[in-house]
Formats: sequence, structure tokens, C-alpha cells
Amino acid sequence: MKIMVAIKRVIDYAVKIRVKPDKSGVVTQNVKMSMNPFCEIALEEALRMRESGLASEVVAVTMGPSQCLDTLRTGLAMGADRGIHVDSTSALHPLHVAKILMNLVQIEKPSLIILGKQAIDDDCNQTGQMVAGLLNWPQGTFASKVVLDKEKEEVTVDREVDDGIETVQLKLPAVITTDLRLNQPRYATLPNIMKAKSKPIKKFTPQELNVEIKSDLEIVEVTEPPKRKAGVMVSSVDDLIDKLKNEAKVI
Amino acid sequence: MATTRMILRAIKKRPFLFPASSHSFSSSRHGSTLVVAEHDSGAVKPHSLSAVTAATSLAGNGNSSVSVLLAGSGPSLHQAASHAASSHPSVSQVLIADSEKFKSPLAEPWAKLVHLVQQQGGYSHIIAASNSFGKNIMPRAAALLDVSPITDVTGISDAQTFVRPIYAGNALCTVRYTGSNPCILTIRSTSFPVPQKSNDSKAEASISQVNLSNFDEALIIFFWISADLNKSRYIYQTSQDDEGPDLGNARVVITGGRALKNAENFKLIENLAKKLGGAVGATRAAVDAGFVPNDLQVGQTGKIVAPELYMAFGVSGAIQHLAGMRDSKVIVAVNNDADAPIFQVADYGLVGDLFEVIPELLEKLPEKK
Repeated sequence: MKIMVAIKRVIDYAVKIRVKPDKSGVVTQNVKMSMNPFCEIALEEALRMRESGLASEVVAVTMGPSQCLDTLRTGLAMGADRGIHVDSTSALHPLHVAKILMNLVQIEKPSLIILGKQAIDDDCNQTGQMVAGLLNWPQGTFASKVVLDKEKEEVTVDREVDDGIETVQLKLPAVITTDLRLNQPRYATLPNIMKAKSKPIKKFTPQELNVEIKSDLEIVEVTEPPKRKAGVMVSSVDDLIDKLKNEAKVI
Repeated sequence: MATTRMILRAIKKRPFLFPASSHSFSSSRHGSTLVVAEHDSGAVKPHSLSAVTAATSLAGNGNSSVSVLLAGSGPSLHQAASHAASSHPSVSQVLIADSEKFKSPLAEPWAKLVHLVQQQGGYSHIIAASNSFGKNIMPRAAALLDVSPITDVTGISDAQTFVRPIYAGNALCTVRYTGSNPCILTIRSTSFPVPQKSNDSKAEASISQVNLSNFDEALIIFFWISADLNKSRYIYQTSQDDEGPDLGNARVVITGGRALKNAENFKLIENLAKKLGGAVGATRAAVDAGFVPNDLQVGQTGKIVAPELYMAFGVSGAIQHLAGMRDSKVIVAVNNDADAPIFQVADYGLVGDLFEVIPELLEKLPEKK
């Protein structure tokens, strides 16, 4: 059984982003980039399935400009068997990514696709659901626990929903998106980073996969959120209660 | 490699057969909006009422009517339908899909239902709340309709222009939808408050059944993909013993972080919440450490709250946490580290030991009216 994992290169989660003065986006030049944290969790889960004998191969897929190869190498260093890079310099929306993944599925024939539940840059939380819809595969989104039954070709997914945990059972092939609590991703060790350099990476363009990058969304502007007015430090609990009662009038 | 090329060629030959008709947006000036709503014990859920609010603000932008879609089965569905019909004067129609298939919130039948209702109604906009239900279903429905959905909308400028936060709320992005109908949105419910119900709105919307006779026919998206709806099964959902207000809608939220040290100490937070009639929130660290269940997490990955009063105890204020509470009206932070980033967004900050501050607050706070 083959697992396909989609990974995205984003601005590192710890970076305080800056909006460009011309309002066209955020500054990405000379900013630390990393693998999207949810994608790391997705890859870790796939690797654990392979290590426990449930899967035979883990293929990591990334899309975007050539710098995404660094992210793909990180994925290979974590343990993915091989990589696929879909080279595109135009902005890719979740619908494009989902269509590209759908066409890669026709080539790779995976039994499971694992993605992060959202990318921390666009915060869309759409791609996994969309690729599942396009393929007409069942989906297990926001997974906090995944149990794969190879014999029954079934996967049981615990999902983090608004009022607790929900469990669904999906027939393979299926799409899973990962929540934070699914696992603790491993670090790539130096020998594995060296080994990753010789792992194969296939290249495609969206055109080769017959996906036209035509956007139905246009970014008008990106601005900073309104600033909160400066707060005050209070010295005691009495002072705090007084402020909340008489100044803010919230209690 | 040769086989790969062959497959590629085969894919290229196949035409894309999306079921969505591609009416251009500019050709239809007047649209109608469909709200995909959830219901519980005979009433529309508060999040979904926020989606109705968002839909009515579109109605003020030239969109003529609002329809509400409810699905499920049994008497509570019909009760919820009458609730929806009188929820807002702008609601002109309530559609109910009465079937066991929609008893649980599985994305596969629900997305297909949205697709079916869109084909029957030709809406210009489809809106749902951006909660775990809406986020699970709407992108899937959007893919079936071959359109890009827009997540977590916090502002509606006009029928095609929307504001949404990106980068954990550290930037606001204004996007214009230029695609074909429908424009699919999930809205952040804290940005679209539900108005107090006034008594002068006597007008009730009509209630009609969705024709589900074609529902079980195969939904063909691409002709090489067979359609089968019975690939997912709902097993169960844990139920939390909920007293007190719902975290998403509470007027007061009291949040604890890692500094609480254990689940036992978290009772301090719960007691304070009880005293103020508020809901309990938590940081990722507190959830990961097992102090509280995951559904209490506030932040980029958890719930987004915007209460009148947000009190954070032992919360450092990571970017990902601030994403979930920065729109609160009054923010109070209590932390023993004077340099904690939470103090930069707090209206009132108190440097101190929460194990001393909370008991003192419990003692000195006035009783809730």
C-alpha cells in the first residue's frame, strides 16, 4: 500500500510576519521558511504506518517554486521514500492543489492521501476536503487518531470537532487531514539528511498534469490588522477589580 | 517512465466534466443566498444564525433572498425549520432535507446535498459557519461545484469582495471572487453577531422539502471515477458534560495555560469561570498536557472567541494563541513573567502568581447577578 503526503513550504511558525508597504502581500524575502507544521504531522503519521508494516511506500509531494525542493528534501530526510515536485511559479490556490493531487493519484495510485488540516500562511483548511471531493474518496479531517486496518481496507479516524471527538470509519482509498494532536513529528538526523540527497524526486508542471492555473480569486489588498490600544499594568487584585467594574464595565 | 507518460497523455485527452454550469458572475446582478445550517434540539445553532446574519448583509448588497437549508430527520428537524423560518425577516425560504443520511454530520452525503440543492436553486452564494462542521463540508461541496471557497470571512464589502484573516490573524486579506456561481463562504461567527430578536418581524418564510429522489444516483465528477456514497460510516461522538455557556458564544472567557501545572489546578480556572458566568478556555500547552479536553483550545487551530471579557492566566501569548482571542473587547492577563507577550495585547495586566491571584479574585469578585 502506498501513501501520498502533501507538504507545503510556508513562513516559519515562529516568525512575526510583516505586511508589505504596497499592501500586495507579506514580506517573504529573507524570512525563515519551513515545512508547514501540520504537514510534518501528516508525514510523520505516514512514516509510522510504513514502519509498522501497514504501508510499503511513502511519497511526498510538494508544489510551488524551486525553493520548495528544500522542503521536499526535509521530508525525504524525515523518511519519505521519494518525492514529487510540481514546479509552478504562479500562486496556487487550494482548488489548484487539489486538482494537481487528483491527477497525481491517477499516476501514483496511492491508497491513502494524508495532508495537514491547514497551512499556517493562508489558513484555508480546504485542500484535503477538496481533493477528497474531486476523487469522490471519503475524508477524515482534523484527525487526532488514525487506526489502519489493512485486511479490511478500512481506516478509523478520531476527529477533533467543536464539541469533542468524533469517530468515523472510512473505506480505502481515503483522504486524511491531520490535527496537532495526532503525533509528535521526528527530527531528521544528519545521516538521514545526507541520505535524502540521493533519493529520487520526480518533476512535473501543472500543464503536464493537465491542470490549468486559472484563478477565480483575486487578492485586492493585504493589510495589517487594527492595533489594540495600549493597555495598563495594575498593581493589585483590588485595582484590577476596580478597573473591570468602573472603567471597562464588564463585571 | 514510459508508462507515466502514457498515463499523462491519457489524462490530457480526457475532458474535464465538471457539473457546474459556468455562468459568469457579472451576468447575474441579483443573486440569492443559501445558508447551510446546523440544528440541535429543535433550534438552529447559534453559529448558523451568524451565517444568516452574514447572508442578510449580502442581501443588503443587491442579493434578493436568503434560503436556509436544514437536514436531518425526525420532529426536531421540523421544529428547527420553523425556528429558521422566523429567525430573520430576510429569510424567505427554508429547505429541509429529511433523511436518515443526514443524521450525522458526515461530509460525503452533506457535500452531495449542497451540490444537489445548488443545481436545483442556482444560488449566487452559499454560506456556512466556519466551525468544524462548515470547514469539513463546504470545501468538499466547492470542489464538486468546481469553485474556490473562501474560509473564515470576517467582513463583507460587497457581493464579491470579502475580508479574511491570514497568517494567524496577523494580516487581513481582502479577496475578490471572480469565478462562476456559487460563491462559497464560511464565515467567522464572532464577526457576524446575531441581533436580538425583535417582535415586529411577523413574516415567516415558507418551508419546503428538498427533492431527494435523485440523491442516490451516482454523482459523476470525472467519468473514470465511480461514485459510491457508502464509503464512510459515523461511529460515535464523545459527549462532554456541558454546564455553563458555550465557549464560542460566551460573554466571558477564562483561559488557563501551562502554568496551571495540572488538571487539578485547572479547577481554579473553572471556579472563576463559574463565578463570572463565563466559559473555560485553554492554550495548546494545557490541552497537550492533558489538563483539559481539546475542544477548549483557543487559537489558530482551536476555537476563535471574541467575548466582552477575556482573562488569561498563565498564558504566555504565542502568535497561535493570540489568533484565537485578539478580537475580545477587554483582555486581562495575569502572568508572573512581566515580559510575556500576552501583556502587549492586554488592556489590563497584572504581574503575579496566579495561584495567589485567582483565590483572591474568587474572594473579592462581586456575586454574579
